Amino acid sequence: MLTLLFDGIAYGMLLFILAVGLAVTMGLMNFINLAHGAFAMAGGYITVLLMQRFGVPFLLCLPLAFLGSALLGGVLERTLYRPMYHKPHLDQVLFSIGLVFMAVASVDYFVGSTQQIVQLPEWLKGRTELGSGAWMLGMGHYRLFIIAVCAGLTVGLQYVLGYTRFGSRLRASVDDQRVAAGLGINVNMVFLSTFAVGSGLAGLGGALGAEVLGLDPSFPLKFMVYFLIVVAVGGTSSITGPLLAALLLGIADVAGKYYIPKLGAFIVYSLMIAILIWRPQGLFVRKGGK
Amino acid sequence: MNEQQQSLLKYSRFKPWEPVLWLLAFAAPVLVPSHALIINEIAIVGLFAVSLDLILGYTGIVSLGHAAFFGLGGYAAALFAKLVMPDPLVGLAVGIGTAALLGFAASFTVMRGSDLTRLMVTLGVGLILLELANKLDWLTGGADGLQGVVMGPLLGRFEFDLNGITAAYYSLTVLLLLFLLLRQVVQSPFGATLKAIRDNRLRAMAIGIPVNAKLAMVYTLAAGVAGAAGALMTQTTGFASLDLFEFHRSADVMLILVIGGTGWLYGGLAGAIVFKLLQDFLSAITPQYWTFWIGLFLVVLVLVGRERLMRPWTWFKRPSSAGSKA
Amino acid sequence: MNAHPIHPENAETVLSAQGLVMRFGGITATNNVTLNLKKGARHALIGPNGAGKTTLINLLTGVLQPTEGRIVLEGHDITHLAPHQRVQRGMVRTFQINQLFDTLSPLQTLALTVSQHLGLGTKWWQPLGRNQQVARRCEQLLTQFHLTEVMNQPTHVLAYGKRRLLEIAIALACEPRVLLLDEPVAGVPAGEREELLQTVAALPADVSVLLIEHDMDLVFSFANFMTVLVNGTLLTEGTPEKIANDPQVKAVYLGHGKEVDHG
Repeated sequence: MLTLLFDGIAYGMLLFILAVGLAVTMGLMNFINLAHGAFAMAGGYITVLLMQRFGVPFLLCLPLAFLGSALLGGVLERTLYRPMYHKPHLDQVLFSIGLVFMAVASVDYFVGSTQQIVQLPEWLKGRTELGSGAWMLGMGHYRLFIIAVCAGLTVGLQYVLGYTRFGSRLRASVDDQRVAAGLGINVNMVFLSTFAVGSGLAGLGGALGAEVLGLDPSFPLKFMVYFLIVVAVGGTSSITGPLLAALLLGIADVAGKYYIPKLGAFIVYSLMIAILIWRPQGLFVRKGGK
Repeated sequence: MNEQQQSLLKYSRFKPWEPVLWLLAFAAPVLVPSHALIINEIAIVGLFAVSLDLILGYTGIVSLGHAAFFGLGGYAAALFAKLVMPDPLVGLAVGIGTAALLGFAASFTVMRGSDLTRLMVTLGVGLILLELANKLDWLTGGADGLQGVVMGPLLGRFEFDLNGITAAYYSLTVLLLLFLLLRQVVQSPFGATLKAIRDNRLRAMAIGIPVNAKLAMVYTLAAGVAGAAGALMTQTTGFASLDLFEFHRSADVMLILVIGGTGWLYGGLAGAIVFKLLQDFLSAITPQYWTFWIGLFLVVLVLVGRERLMRPWTWFKRPSSAGSKA
Repeated sequence: MNAHPIHPENAETVLSAQGLVMRFGGITATNNVTLNLKKGARHALIGPNGAGKTTLINLLTGVLQPTEGRIVLEGHDITHLAPHQRVQRGMVRTFQINQLFDTLSPLQTLALTVSQHLGLGTKWWQPLGRNQQVARRCEQLLTQFHLTEVMNQPTHVLAYGKRRLLEIAIALACEPRVLLLDEPVAGVPAGEREELLQTVAALPADVSVLLIEHDMDLVFSFANFMTVLVNGTLLTEGTPEKIANDPQVKAVYLGHGKEVDHG
């Protein structure tokens, strides 16, 4: 059971890193971006291709995946997303679905639809076991690595948001765009950089997650729901909200699939619907916030 | 009859091109019998799109899970034909009824929350149905689907045969009847209150409209009609598969409705015709990567502006700054 | 233009807010407010910006649920009724910022409002224009509010003044017994204000009106009773004469140098 908890936490942290960019951009731009998963997929494929074709070591691929996805995100934000901000939500949904379809089909065409396999370096394979019997905690080293990296990123994000000038500009823009612009904050730059970083994080998550979640062209569609759950339940007004929501989701999914495999993902979806009906603004939103 | 009454009634009167359109539709299976199958498909998809228009175009609910009702209606009708009796009309009624029940239950999930929440919830309902159909494979055939759904003769006389003429007329008739029903609904005071909810929910409440009750009613109705489309699908094709519940069905029907235009019922039909013909054409050229072109089309469509699609003369003009409503 | 006799003290109370408190997180927007609206009253609610006047209207109409307190309408406790149910019991409001149905025309808007009010809102088999009573009532309202020429245009193309008239017309289409007007002349050009004011003044005597306004001329010519709200708390209330001469009110709201000429 402890192992399940551990696996759930690892899964949850991974989901958080994948989804945090979406949460922030949704809170910031009020834009429903269903294509977020495509950036994660990009990071995953960048990693796989670099490793397989160019023999780049795994650890180096991670920051490269981040940079690649961030670059892609930045370019798309400037060119395609920006005109969409003030359009009605239906248009935004259609637009992002269109992007996903294009991304999925493109990857299918250029790389093929088989599952990609990531060869982890030796020191990340293996497993440590503590305790015994029912209380045994089996920690896969890779999952430990994931938790460590994601925890570090989370702390970093909290620091940037709370203690840097960029962070305060971002928070001001989320609270009230017009006032922020009136204060001299370059809202366009804030949007661009936030979107790029968010996409980069998604790419990093995709790279990290390729081994655990699988990687094939249908990745954005398969996991889109999970990202959206994290954002809808966790709210968009903080990053602790999505963090908690992601952990909850990760643990629920892992536990659900283990204890009641017949029902599988059914539990997660029902839980989500129940939560959203009970608290439509999300579980962890501060009172009076968006 | 005062001027006001005249103006209002003019809006709801049958336009001269409407009967012409329907006559053409009904003549088509006879005029081009080799295309009976695609006519059947267009009628089914058109009906599905029109049902979505009821909640999206007229009530303003963005739903990414409408396929849930389509699939449920389809499976219910198919199972009914296999397990109980093969009469198509009774099966159709069963499909409609089951889907409507689900619609009523699901309506409670869209009453609260923002656009995003509703999007999530509708998506969630669609995915749950897909999961259920997948897991309950002893009933639904799981990933293999339900094969060999053989329908009895329609009205006891018209056999469903391979050339699809009976199927096409069956679908067209159901489409026409349900379309007329929905047309009546959206022109009525009830329909007007739906539009009020779409345009300004706060004000709708402030003039005494019981928003939640109306949402339940329209959602149930739309689900039932979607279920009819699903039933027609499984009955005329002879099998039911998980594909009926897939996300791309919900996305496709939304695209179809958007192509044709939301909020005027005929949009669903126009979109279905354009979409199906386009799909046929493009699939012949690039069978595998059809979704890429759909995606590109969506992106361009939205960037250019939805309302300009059906008005080619606006394609090269600058978009006006006065915002037009979604 | 104070044409209304001061209402007798023992006129019945039609709408009563009792000890209303509204807290949002750390902010108390409404602080133990008690307000009684008498039958046939022309009751003005005034106070500086941010005093909580619109919040109070939102509480009365059910858009917000009070943290504490009760609301009684014509003898019935409506504190937990949904907004549409309160409207069905005869309490209707207008909005400070126009809340209209932009894609519908004024005619369609009024037709649907009247239909809803007459209980025809679930009729799905008849077209909207079939009912003659509805059409005649629409004609009346359109004429009364000078909207006949624009009755078939979609609301979003109308000029602001017309939109404001429609805003009020919609409320009257519901035949309210209690009418809550939130700054009805806000943003209306000076030339069109008279038109609007006359329509409001011409309301039937048994309709009880609570009016929020900043235009002091309008308030003093219209009201026969006033409540002053400051920072969510009730400062004082009374007849216009009493309020005009109250030093507290003058200091807080009417400001220095504004002569209020009531002898």
